[in-house]
Amino acid sequence: MDSNLINAAYLVAAVLFILGLKGLTSPRTAVRGNTLGAMGMLLAMVATLVDKQIVSFELIALGIAIGSVIGIIWAVKVQMTAMPQLVAAFNGFGGGASALVAGAAALMPGAIAGVPAIQVHVSSTLSAFIGAATLSGSLIAWAKLQGLLYWQPRGFAIRLCSTGSALVGVALGAWYVIHNEALWAFAALSVAALVYGLLLTVAVGGADMPVIIALLNSCSGLAAAATGFVLGNNVLIISGSLVGASGFILTQIMCKAMNRSLWDVLSGDLGEAAARNPQEDVYSGRTKSTSPEEVALLFETARIVTVVPGYGMAVAQAQHAVRDFANLLEARGAEVRYAIHPVAGRMPGHMNVLLAEADVPYDRLYDMDTVNPLFAETDVAIILGANDVVNPAARDEPGSPIYGMPILEVDKSQIVVVVKRSLSPGFAGIPNLLFTRNNTLMLFSDAKQAMQDVSREIREL
Amino acid sequence: MDAFLISITVFVLAVFVGFEVITKIPSTLHTPLMSGSNAISGITIVGALVAAGSGANEAAKYLGLGAVVLATVNVVGGFLITNRMLAMFRRKK
Repeated sequence: MDSNLINAAYLVAAVLFILGLKGLTSPRTAVRGNTLGAMGMLLAMVATLVDKQIVSFELIALGIAIGSVIGIIWAVKVQMTAMPQLVAAFNGFGGGASALVAGAAALMPGAIAGVPAIQVHVSSTLSAFIGAATLSGSLIAWAKLQGLLYWQPRGFAIRLCSTGSALVGVALGAWYVIHNEALWAFAALSVAALVYGLLLTVAVGGADMPVIIALLNSCSGLAAAATGFVLGNNVLIISGSLVGASGFILTQIMCKAMNRSLWDVLSGDLGEAAARNPQEDVYSGRTKSTSPEEVALLFETARIVTVVPGYGMAVAQAQHAVRDFANLLEARGAEVRYAIHPVAGRMPGHMNVLLAEADVPYDRLYDMDTVNPLFAETDVAIILGANDVVNPAARDEPGSPIYGMPILEVDKSQIVVVVKRSLSPGFAGIPNLLFTRNNTLMLFSDAKQAMQDVSREIREL
Repeated sequence: MDAFLISITVFVLAVFVGFEVITKIPSTLHTPLMSGSNAISGITIVGALVAAGSGANEAAKYLGLGAVVLATVNVVGGFLITNRMLAMFRRKK
């Protein structure tokens, strides 16, 4: 087919992607945005398949069949609580595909018409490096989120190793760009990139996951853009950079919500102050434990209740129990709000997805800036498995490692009920001053169990 | 203007478009934006199709096959899961 026509189709696809992303930024247009993106993808694929460059279809049909089956089953079957893992894995697949395409391009130099050889070599090096690092990094993130990997080495040695692998990768890349026939260098740089992605992600854990997932999202886009340079294909360059930009914006939002730089997150660096303050001293005799019956009594008179979910809600799969609890309170005339910290959970928007699954209307979900002034009028705030994001030390204690991190100011509520399995510290590894406040009650329980127990007691009132 | 400069121009402009398009994003849509944009990054499938189907080099064909599989999972799974999530957000409006 005429290459002008194909390029025109690519242009239309690129416009559909831009409109699609734009749509995804507003709740009213999000479904349409996603559909536009999918249409753009279909168009770009069809345009490529009718191109005369493609002479055999067997492998293509096979690949698409296998990929579709895996993709459909995975997307349809996955539990909403497993969404962070899924997003991490998909980021990795995008990066991996880009790296493989770069490898194929390195094996057939000259087959790509109209692109200067030096551009093919430089950009396939970049694409392989970013793509391979995204792949291994995402798989590590996936394994951590899936609960298969707990190893989290920190400190100087691991940083030295990851920086070293990156430098080795860059050196090999430079060698390959100069000596184009040195395919071994290309293969070795891909391996170095895999090691780099692995070491970079393995140092990141727990509450920093939202940052790393957003970053890998950005990288999967950049890898695609680099592949676009390899093939001299504008639709790849455009869509790759759009995704790179959107992922980067999310990364920034997440970093800002934790008051940490991207560098701190990547190095697993949390400051040294954490060890100084043995928490036994902080908590001893100053926390008040409560029971489901007592908590139920609190709700007898409460008019405004704010639920603050965290990773503990996801772990306990408590979202449906929370919804039942809220229904009960609403039936008694109370208003139930949900306060969502931007980094609550393990990926951007994690809590929103879970609560949506449990049919919580999204106008009940308040983001941090909106809800903070409203805590003063809240009768009972109930914290479900959130910790560092409600720690007043971030606001009041200039010496604290998390000082300056924006928090949900739950301590301004009349009464705070903290549902938590134990007094163990959150990800930051520091004691939570909220637990010692006079208006705080601790309900030691699993989030789901606690919600069910309290709901039962409320029914018996 | 040579091909490289054109590509760089397109790249820089597209990055700016990306930053402009996604200025303000409610936290409810953080996850769908990520999974939707991730599906779009599966556009690398275009390169995968060429690698798997051009027949220029035997080994390249099989790298291409791997790339087609990964990219298809990315594209098909990504758009589907985004749709599933958005349907959850929508149904009680």
